[in-house]
Amino acid sequence: MQPNRIVQVIQQKQRNLLNVYFTAGYPALNDTETIILSLEKAGVDLVEVGMPYSDPLADGPTIQQSGQQAIQNGMTLPLLFEQIQSLRRHSSIPLMLMGYYNQVMQYGEAAFIKRCTQVGIDGLILPDLPLDEYETGLKPLVEAANLAIAFLITPQTPLERIHRVDALSQGFIYMVSSASITGTQAGLSESQLAYFEKINALNLKTPRLIGFGIHNRETFATACQYAQGAIVGSAYIRTLEQAADIETATQDFISGLRL
Amino acid sequence: MTEQILQPIQVNKKGYYGEFGGAFVPEMLQPNVEELRDHYESIIADPGFQATFQRLLKDYVGRPSPLYFAERLSRHYGAQIYLKREDLNHTGAHKINNTIGQILIAQRLGKKRIIAETGAGQHGVATATVCALMNMECVVYMGAVDIKRQAPNVARMKMLGAEVRPATSGSQTLKDATNEAIRDWINNPENTHYIIGSVVGPHPYPEMVARFQAVISEEMKVQLLEQTGSSNPNIIIACVGGGSNAAGAYYHYLNEPAVRLVAVEAAGQGIHSGHSAATSVLGTKGIIHGSRTLLMQTPDGQIVEPYSISAGLDYPGIGPLHAHLISTGRAEAISITDDEALKAAYFLTRQEGIIPALETAHAFAALDVLAFQPNDVIVVNLSGRGDKDLETYIGHFERFGT
Ligand SMILES: Cc1ncc(COP(=O)(O)O)c(C=O)c1O
Repeated sequence: MQPNRIVQVIQQKQRNLLNVYFTAGYPALNDTETIILSLEKAGVDLVEVGMPYSDPLADGPTIQQSGQQAIQNGMTLPLLFEQIQSLRRHSSIPLMLMGYYNQVMQYGEAAFIKRCTQVGIDGLILPDLPLDEYETGLKPLVEAANLAIAFLITPQTPLERIHRVDALSQGFIYMVSSASITGTQAGLSESQLAYFEKINALNLKTPRLIGFGIHNRETFATACQYAQGAIVGSAYIRTLEQAADIETATQDFISGLRL
Repeated sequence: MTEQILQPIQVNKKGYYGEFGGAFVPEMLQPNVEELRDHYESIIADPGFQATFQRLLKDYVGRPSPLYFAERLSRHYGAQIYLKREDLNHTGAHKINNTIGQILIAQRLGKKRIIAETGAGQHGVATATVCALMNMECVVYMGAVDIKRQAPNVARMKMLGAEVRPATSGSQTLKDATNEAIRDWINNPENTHYIIGSVVGPHPYPEMVARFQAVISEEMKVQLLEQTGSSNPNIIIACVGGGSNAAGAYYHYLNEPAVRLVAVEAAGQGIHSGHSAATSVLGTKGIIHGSRTLLMQTPDGQIVEPYSISAGLDYPGIGPLHAHLISTGRAEAISITDDEALKAAYFLTRQEGIIPALETAHAFAALDVLAFQPNDVIVVNLSGRGDKDLETYIGHFERFGT
């Protein structure tokens, strides 16, 4: 079996990994390819493709509105899979799909996983899929397809579940920086740093990427001191919202983040 | 014992009624939901809790609520029709049974701040009321559309000291208010308790809320025995938004198959009009607000915006208990349009001198759809009173009131 691209890039680079989220179908329906190629060119390590959802419980206003717009533009899962299949002729960047479990349920779990592997998706993030339900449902399919899957931990996650997340995650653990929905713009506080240090000291087997509230050079650099890298979402959506040209705006945004 | 026994209808450890239920919440909510799940049963079982809960239900809410034999309605429909008068509770609906229970739980979990969602505003008022009573901070999320159509309840919440925050996403109704409340809980995981207003949401909410509302059927059993000589009616009728008043009216009859359970949903402008909230007909299996249940959605899994004239029934899902009862045939679902509900509200008012809530009016409209035998004992759960809906009713006076 081919090694998984997400596992591979994290193993190779180890540090300062940059994972960028965008909502598929936003700003325009067919921007998916342009956005991913621009991110790849700008030197991003992983891309998280958001499957727009009507009721994204874990997301703040920025991602909510981009999803609403994307759905209005006509984005659907079948279309997104087609766009990715076509993109894969020009791109080998590690790609994850991020969305809500209901979307997978309606597509059909087995059909969804099969389509992911057909079009070249490397991993999944489904924030509302609990560990128990994963173990009794999707897990054998994900493993057989050699997909990565990132589960979340937060400052409130008890130690016992951190170890379960460590055991079940493939690729990386998604470390939520604070008790919040996506899109906060404050700096990282003392208590967040203490939480990062605490997790660091656990010597988990799975690498970690820190997300939620990472929006500029300073927060990205801080996150990278405590984990293998970080995830940026809402800040990039805000950039796209105002972009005259996606490629230039992406280049500027990423060089503003990188060390 | 090799003989197959009928499975009792009850929730399992993981929060499932049959295939419906569970707790599909992001990790950010997991600790809160687990804290509640691990403690609610022992808190409810505690004699101190029970003493306070029962005292407040009696002296503050005014329970037991009467079971009233509706003579003129009975004559009209040719059956023995009883009304369970939840409209006579303090604050005017069944919702307060649940908020009293949950605020006592919140206190015992050491929470300082309460959040809630509301559609018709009845749950918002009932939450703001118990927060005033217990001196707790209260934030109520309400769809911007509902803030307009249920203005009297918005004013009541404000007077009670609650902050009413408009939900401006989606169709700006109950679903969206619930999303915002959940996001608030994610942002405030330690000091806040979320008082959900119906038998929806992640486990343990559906079961916990059903248990607080179960007082309705507990009293019905005693009152029916007194008034009819049997504690079981033939049919229980209740409207279903999320399904809390129905769950309470059914609860002690769930495992009595001879008692027919009728769930009345809002058909809005007609089931297939594109403006409806008839979830059991239009819904398919999926996840909404943390629970696997029936919901209205597109083939791509996007939740469809519902519609009903009644803010409390304007919801694209139903609680997992009801999804189970309806899909197994234990309960039957009936859909009632806006116009049928308005007509039934005027009819009840003129027959019995009771102005029902618009939600409740849907349950009364079902009386026109069902067929009865003269000796059938029917209980309609009169979930709330119609003060909040006067503007809507008066707006339709020409068509239904003359
Ligand atoms: C009077 C009344 N009845 C019924 C409902 C519907 O809720 P549920 O289905 O949870 O009883 C509401 C909700 O606002 C209500 O105010």
